Amino acid sequence: MKQILTVANKEFHDGLRNRWLVSITLIFALLSIGLTYFGAAASGAVGVTSLSTTVASLASLAVFLIPLIALLLSYDSFVGEQESGTLLLLLTYPLSKSQLLIGKFIGQGGIISLATLLGFGASALLLYFQLGDTGILSAFGLFILSAILLGLSFTAISYLISLSVSEKSKAAGFALITWFLFALAFDLALLALLVGVEEGVTQQGLTQLMMLNPTDIFRLVNLAGLDSSDVNGALAVAINASLSQTQLISALVAWVVLPLTLAIFIFKKKKL
Amino acid sequence: MNTPLVSLNEAGKTYGQLDALSAMTMSLNEGEVLGLFGHNGAGKTTMMKLILGVISPSHGEVEVMGMAPDSKEAWHCRSKVGYLPENVSFYEQLTGLEVLTYFAKLKGFNKKQAIDLLEQVGITHAMRRQVKTYSKGMRQRLGLAQAFIGEPKLLLLDEPTVGLDPIATRDFYQTVDQLKSNGSSVILCSHVLPGVEQHIDRAMILSSGKLLAMGTLSELRQQAALPVVIKPSGLNGAVAQDSKLNSFITSRCQNTLMVPEQEKLSVLKQLLSLNGLDDIHVESANLEQVYQHFLLQHEQAQQVNEEQG
Repeated sequence: MKQILTVANKEFHDGLRNRWLVSITLIFALLSIGLTYFGAAASGAVGVTSLSTTVASLASLAVFLIPLIALLLSYDSFVGEQESGTLLLLLTYPLSKSQLLIGKFIGQGGIISLATLLGFGASALLLYFQLGDTGILSAFGLFILSAILLGLSFTAISYLISLSVSEKSKAAGFALITWFLFALAFDLALLALLVGVEEGVTQQGLTQLMMLNPTDIFRLVNLAGLDSSDVNGALAVAINASLSQTQLISALVAWVVLPLTLAIFIFKKKKL
Repeated sequence: MNTPLVSLNEAGKTYGQLDALSAMTMSLNEGEVLGLFGHNGAGKTTMMKLILGVISPSHGEVEVMGMAPDSKEAWHCRSKVGYLPENVSFYEQLTGLEVLTYFAKLKGFNKKQAIDLLEQVGITHAMRRQVKTYSKGMRQRLGLAQAFIGEPKLLLLDEPTVGLDPIATRDFYQTVDQLKSNGSSVILCSHVLPGVEQHIDRAMILSSGKLLAMGTLSELRQQAALPVVIKPSGLNGAVAQDSKLNSFITSRCQNTLMVPEQEKLSVLKQLLSLNGLDDIHVESANLEQVYQHFLLQHEQAQQVNEEQG
């Protein structure tokens, strides 16, 4: 346990030193405060708009940003150390591969979780003081929780990438492709399937397909509770066949645990 | 004699078709310094990795401190092993002290020990600077400090003196001697190092995964049967007139005698009895010559094999 904490502490401090924490927090805070205030600008009003609109727009932005940031933060965490030779050295220490991986995950996951909490928490508090509605805190609570899980999920996925390739630049390329596939291409494919193939998928089947993509689960968590007028596309169909929030959150947790377990497995098999 | 600290029993490693290290048997006792010599790709690093337990042998057995280094039981022994990899660049954005503190903590030590070690390798003045500002020699010293964490019982050093200036090299060998007198064993891995001879007890010469020779330096010299070079001066051709000494004269140089090790003393006595001798220079084959001899022998044997095959 002490070993895990030593590694986690080092990774967390790296995140602080490289200004990752500060910049992610700032990005999230500016975005969420901006959207909270100016979300209704299109309809001619400046000020706090409805809760559901705010969360809906925040979620649709976060779904692109969070995976990208998580991948950027961690894509080189193993391949980078492998290139500089410290990975080999660390493995001669009394430190197991799973301890190293979990330690890194806690450290880097801590950076992204804290940034999400601070960044989005700021606008939650702001909204709360403006409207005085306790419903805001619970809605944002769920949003922040799912956003953290989404970030952790992509941190674990980036470890998979980082452990499977042998060059840093390849890892960067794969990270970008992964982001593109999960955040954009998957939904387009779903939509094509829905529109192009008649009777191709049932509503149930569509929701199940969505479980294959953590970004879609994140969307479902945050949009299912809102007025469906704010939601359209493939998502609206899925929402009608809604799964309970607990099921969705469990699915997101599975998307953190499974890639992480697989990453440990790959790491143990990896040749050095 | 107690059990050796490290022992390899027919241990080897293959990567697919490539025989990185063929079956090798050796042992290292406590307080012994072993020099491991060979070109790039000779299997030095593979052997070190086997001893470190980072990779498992494809065949044979490796034992370090009485257990297999890649097993779970050997876990607690790892803090007693120090390793300096050949190519390592430490976390550039951290300061030297931060890097060493991180590694010290992983071995169960603290910042204070890290500072002491930095002092020992002489980079205390730069310990609060980022590693990216360090010169090659300073990085090497940081790596050495890292290997010395916790006064290891076993030290594996891959090219330890690369980039070190002569004074730092001398300091390094002093540290090695000191560790040795405290009972630590050291494996020094390198292309041939000048000045390494008096610090190692035994040498191992590897080439393309095979052991060419192993033993103390004098044993190796005997095996190689390299002649001793004797240069007398002031004799004015007396050597050429003597029928016995005559046979040792090299064709290139009239004043140099190449004498087999076993004839050395008798030739020296004879030379000393000659009148007019005002100086004499005796030089045994050094490690580099021994090394080159074994490599050359190996290459020739290979060529013969290929021609026959």
